[in-house]
Amino acid sequence: MIVAKRKPLNEIAEMLAPYKKVTVVGCRSCVAICLAGGEKEVKMLVSALKLKAKKEGRKQHVEGFVVERQCEKECVAEVQGKILDSDVTLSMACSLGAQTIGDMYPKHLTFPGLNTGIFGVPEEQGVWSEKCVGCGNCIIHTTGGICPIARCAKSMLNGPCGGSANRKCEVNLEVDCAWAAIYDRLKLQNRLDLMEQLTPAKDWSTSHAGGRRTYVREDAKLTPHQKKGKEAVQ
Amino acid sequence: MTERKPRIVAFCCERHGMDAAVLSARSGRQYDASVRLVQVPCTGRVDGIHILQALEDGADAVFVFGCLEKNCYYDTGSIEGRKRVGYVKQMLSEVGIEKERVEMFNAASTNAWAFPEAVGKMVEVAKKLGPIGGGERQ
Repeated sequence: MIVAKRKPLNEIAEMLAPYKKVTVVGCRSCVAICLAGGEKEVKMLVSALKLKAKKEGRKQHVEGFVVERQCEKECVAEVQGKILDSDVTLSMACSLGAQTIGDMYPKHLTFPGLNTGIFGVPEEQGVWSEKCVGCGNCIIHTTGGICPIARCAKSMLNGPCGGSANRKCEVNLEVDCAWAAIYDRLKLQNRLDLMEQLTPAKDWSTSHAGGRRTYVREDAKLTPHQKKGKEAVQ
Repeated sequence: MTERKPRIVAFCCERHGMDAAVLSARSGRQYDASVRLVQVPCTGRVDGIHILQALEDGADAVFVFGCLEKNCYYDTGSIEGRKRVGYVKQMLSEVGIEKERVEMFNAASTNAWAFPEAVGKMVEVAKKLGPIGGGERQ
């Protein structure tokens, strides 16, 4: 899932300070799971912003709402009235949610309340770690199910670098060397021969280096006729 | 001019916390009448939003009062309560509000002195800091 972190409250308050009417919109998907922008976090943020305004003797109306998935237009449309009725919207979703609101209402100001971080998994309660960078060409079937692109600081493809020592990464001694983990996993699976296979230089054009990516599934796209029908229903 | 009364909210767990508060009253100890008690099943049930909401609604100070950490009726409830109080304190600091307005206290049910002492400390804080934003309380 997408893991995000709330921006420092003083930074958020500074962004919103010039505006009288603020709508905070959270998301019940990834950012709710990573405790950054769900129902509870939105309520707490709204409360903290109200307290700050009260403390400073400013009049600022702050209201919070949460939608199912902020990256989907249909879900955002549910709170359209509240968004357009405010001076500014603070998105408590990942950047995708914030940009969806921004794209839907380009004249309206939409600010980010979270810093979008990683594609991560919950390792334990309150701890999320990065395991994918979305490079667009998955190779973990050859690396024992462990991604060397995301989990190795240098994204090495053919074994560890010279800095790996005592199973730790030289970039951060707290972090395990991804290739030590890959070796262990392949050994467990009795597939150590894969360690000796050479992987050619990666084609990064499928990653962000190739520019903005768009994924299309033709059979799921609506035909012009279907689009017309849908618009008529709405 | 009469001195303004501070408004304190106490979230008390229904086990050791509430027992200690009741025992303090039964044993004739007095505490400031401006405190409002909110009984909760466990301090682990108290969420940051409850504390912030109390402050938003006009409380000058809020405290959470529960079992001793190693003697919590629900084992880890007091630890959860402490962590949430800590999180709220951090949030308050970030928005420029005195974090002393929020505290966590622990007591055994036999500590008759603990609740009046906690109330006393929070009344002192509330009197020193006054209402959030100054001016008269709503």
